[in-house]
Amino acid sequence: MGIFEHKAAVVRNDEVAPSTFLMELESPSIASAAKPGQFVMLRVWGGIDPLLRRPFSICSTGKGTILLLYRVVGKGTRVMAETEAGTQLSVLGPLGRGFEPPGTGEDCLLVAGGMGIAPLAFLARSWEDKSVSFMAGYGTASQIIASEHMGIHGIEIALATDDGSAGFHGPVTGLLEGALEREGKKIVYSCGPAAMLKRVASLCREKQVDCQVSLETVMACGLGACQGCAVPAAAGAGKNTYHVCQDGPVFSGLSIDWEKL
Amino acid sequence: MNYREPDLQVSFGPLKLKNPVVTASGTFGYGREYAEIVDPNLLGGIVVKGLSLKPRPGNSAPRIVETPAGMLNAIGLENIGVEAFLKEKLPWLKTLDTAVMVNIYGHSTEEYGAVAAALKGAEGVAALEINVSCPNVKKGGMSFGTDPVASAEVTEAVLKNTDKPVIVKLTPNVTDICAVARAVEHAGAHGLSLINTLTGMAIDIKTRRPRLGNISGGLSGPAIRPVALYMVYHVARAVKIPVMGMGGIMDAGDALEFLIAGARAVQVGTANFVNPKASLDIIEGLKQHCVDHDVQRIGDLIGTLKT
Repeated sequence: MGIFEHKAAVVRNDEVAPSTFLMELESPSIASAAKPGQFVMLRVWGGIDPLLRRPFSICSTGKGTILLLYRVVGKGTRVMAETEAGTQLSVLGPLGRGFEPPGTGEDCLLVAGGMGIAPLAFLARSWEDKSVSFMAGYGTASQIIASEHMGIHGIEIALATDDGSAGFHGPVTGLLEGALEREGKKIVYSCGPAAMLKRVASLCREKQVDCQVSLETVMACGLGACQGCAVPAAAGAGKNTYHVCQDGPVFSGLSIDWEKL
Repeated sequence: MNYREPDLQVSFGPLKLKNPVVTASGTFGYGREYAEIVDPNLLGGIVVKGLSLKPRPGNSAPRIVETPAGMLNAIGLENIGVEAFLKEKLPWLKTLDTAVMVNIYGHSTEEYGAVAAALKGAEGVAALEINVSCPNVKKGGMSFGTDPVASAEVTEAVLKNTDKPVIVKLTPNVTDICAVARAVEHAGAHGLSLINTLTGMAIDIKTRRPRLGNISGGLSGPAIRPVALYMVYHVARAVKIPVMGMGGIMDAGDALEFLIAGARAVQVGTANFVNPKASLDIIEGLKQHCVDHDVQRIGDLIGTLKT
């Protein structure tokens, strides 16, 4: 337990799909304390522009290391993509609340969209003893990240692509709809774009299946101090907003006001 | 060698600070959020998140956006309210060996007075810091802090309702910050802190939407530091009460600039997000500077700008 802040050496920083990288950082303290669904705040360099740390779900842990999966989308991730092995980066974590384990006999349905596969990969790896069905959606086949990069072995990942170039032609929630029809008690774990999570939460609500979603927002501190990462709480929560960094990033699908998000 | 540990203590009006490094309101929560990483007992002081009379939910998202060498925030002063602060936060804060300062705000002069009254006699509160940058509901939403008369009225209302030293946090979004500084000094403030954030905005050119839910927000970080330093320099010369300088301070060198310009202490804000240990690193850096430059007391450097 605990939160750590230290300089971590970049062990590797490999492009695993176009513009998509896996960065492995040496952090025995965070690696041993981290739970699936938790995140770290990474200072991508020592300069002041970009200034703020960037939040990343922990994608996997190795021997004293943590893996972060990212796609190059802006200033911060561009700097990261150019980072060479051996560079020391300040990392803060593990932060936030992770996923709660399933109830007895529940099948775990893992539903990932794009980079949202990161925390679910960690979950699948940690729960190899549980019944896990993993489905992942991408825009197109070239974006698919091979399971072994994320340390996942022995679990088949069912694929969906928006353009039909691999697996199911359509959104990953299409695969979920089928899986929800199957017999038996289920619980859904999901991470991905907000629109996808909204659909996941709504499908689960219809089928009365528990679902835990991991949300992504911009944040400055990651510690509950800046209150920059507010998301709207569902009616009856007793509060107007949750803070993703502390109340989350994992929430029950029922606790979020998806219309206002 | 005749080595002596440099003396980092500073006086700030009636307050004695163990060192001149204070964490800024809104960037350090209620102290406890950082406690696993930063031993608060090492700090000169902590200014807690701004409190209003009643809890406030804050603005809609997005509340923060990064800008070149800085960030815009429009949190909307989300806070738990003064009552919950006294019950839930102060008991832990008062066990600390550091100066706990409580930032307060209101939407009317009376509300400022009422928050101060609620904190009257509260053990463990070293001082109040008044945020005068809020919109004055009775005057069409114009910020109290942009008007010397309204700023002085708020200061008087707080002083009337408190037994604590009162520091007024000035907004830079004015034509003449020295005029506001002099007005609140005349009203009886024990000290000043400056600068609060500079108003700014950012636009997503693809969606043509503002990047903040609130459209505009407050700019902080290294981007504002030269502006802040300029204002601290002028205000420190315009008033006799002590000044706490802030605005984009990231390291000890930055802090020293403010001290040399005339600040008796500094506040560290946005830097806490970038480097959670920034405040402690600055304290160590100040100590090292004193050793390297044969300065026995950090106070000896205050206001020593050569022009």
